Amino acid sequence: MRPFSYQRATDPNMAVQALSAAAAASNPLTQATAQPLAGGTTLIDLMKLDVMRPAAIVDINPLARGWSAIEPGSDNLRLGALAKMSDVAAHDEIQRNYPVIANSLKLAASAQLRNMATLGGNVMQRTRCSYFRDVSYENCNKRNSGSGCAAMDGVNRMHAVLGTSDQCIATYPGDFAQALIALDAMVEVTGKSGTRSMPFARLHKAPGNSPEIETTLQPGELISAFVVPGRWPRSVYLKVRDRESYEFALSSAAVALDVQGGTIRDARVALGGVATVPWRAREAEALLKGQKFDDGLAQRVADAAFADARGRQHNSFKIALGKRVVARALQQAVTMEI
Amino acid sequence: MSDNSSSRSPGFNRRAFMAGAAGAALIPMTARAAAQDARAPVAQDPALPVDVTLRVNGQDKRLSIDARTTVLDALREHLRLTGSKKGCDHGQCGACTVLIGDRRVVSCLTLALAAEGQEITTIEGLATGDRLHPMQQAFVDNDAFQCGYCTPGQIMSAVACVKEGHAGTDADIRKYMSGNICRCAAYPNIVAAVKQAAPEIMKG
Repeated sequence: MRPFSYQRATDPNMAVQALSAAAAASNPLTQATAQPLAGGTTLIDLMKLDVMRPAAIVDINPLARGWSAIEPGSDNLRLGALAKMSDVAAHDEIQRNYPVIANSLKLAASAQLRNMATLGGNVMQRTRCSYFRDVSYENCNKRNSGSGCAAMDGVNRMHAVLGTSDQCIATYPGDFAQALIALDAMVEVTGKSGTRSMPFARLHKAPGNSPEIETTLQPGELISAFVVPGRWPRSVYLKVRDRESYEFALSSAAVALDVQGGTIRDARVALGGVATVPWRAREAEALLKGQKFDDGLAQRVADAAFADARGRQHNSFKIALGKRVVARALQQAVTMEI
Repeated sequence: MSDNSSSRSPGFNRRAFMAGAAGAALIPMTARAAAQDARAPVAQDPALPVDVTLRVNGQDKRLSIDARTTVLDALREHLRLTGSKKGCDHGQCGACTVLIGDRRVVSCLTLALAAEGQEITTIEGLATGDRLHPMQQAFVDNDAFQCGYCTPGQIMSAVACVKEGHAGTDADIRKYMSGNICRCAAYPNIVAAVKQAAPEIMKG
């Protein structure tokens, strides 16, 4: 690991000042010379691999005093960015009113990593593309802009089939983000000029022609909270993977339904493990609204969700698998007892 | 555990952080710091060791370490507590599992500086004198290992697994112990050991 200077931020202003001072000239943010340290489960790992090379680390864990509250309200849910995955997953009200959130967290990583990792860090985690994580591969547009993509014609079984570009097919690896994007969550961002709020759907950027730019965050900005409107007791996170536990998704679906008298009033569908960014399947949702559920509808919805999917040599199976995951998640959501 | 007088404590109040410091981080700060804006926050010079006090198994340990040192390396290389094992060193195998507070974490991805002020418990801190902790005894009784390299991490993880309330069923034990890999595949016996120790640990 390369040397870095370590600083501990005891209030948000200090953190923002330290990060923006050192990062001002840097572009993109993921290669900024100063990086915030929360749980460290991505950052320290990637620093050991020499993929991330910050010269300054700003430890923001002391901010947890103000930024880790779990606050279920009557009309929304507020989650502090420094809340630990394990605490949110185990929270009674979240399990009851937002099972898609609780399960997206519970099915991720290991017990140890969930104890360390924060919600803010979780949505900022980097891809598990093996060509990105191994610096001995020269061609990675995410690491070295313009260097090419070794995954494109490499072993791309784990790679994305949605939201790809001819520059990058790396999969967004997280689970929690699918729950957030499905539920129309807002993200609160704290920076030099205070706190701003934006739809979570605007946080991540598809690779396009600049895969090295992964989010819309600016240097010196930190995620401070997430706000989820409404309650979604009829919601499911289904994750299919090579191992039963402690593995990233091959395909996952976050589904939330509002069903009254057998008719679907509102429907949310988001996909994980198959896309370059947290992926909302709005065209699939549109087919569900106002309908009564049956297996034929589930199939049409699943087909719609993957209508634009493009497979490559080793990952085309994800299209068939992903459709089955969507259909099964819908069936589970419709039949769940609430 | 040398006390290096030139070392720095981390934090914002000790030294001025330089604008653009990251790019120039290898230049010693001492000469330049005074000329900088006094309001700017502070970073430690990466070329110098940092003083840190870690609380390990109930004792305060003063160390002077490279800022890059993980809790795992602080334990093994500086405190000679070699019970916690380095397997993958990337948070994937669980061999380095320790408790920080009452939570199990992987010590290989935890910076020692970030663990300052917290209670760290390692496998060396579990037994009471010569009497093994119930989980240690259960691993012996159930032959829950072959080579033993993953065992300290398995045991620390298992203690936390029980206290979290995740040892009620075999399926739960397997799911919540999945962060600890055993290349010898002693898993059936590990599940048996966790089940044996759970009631005794829950009694307190």
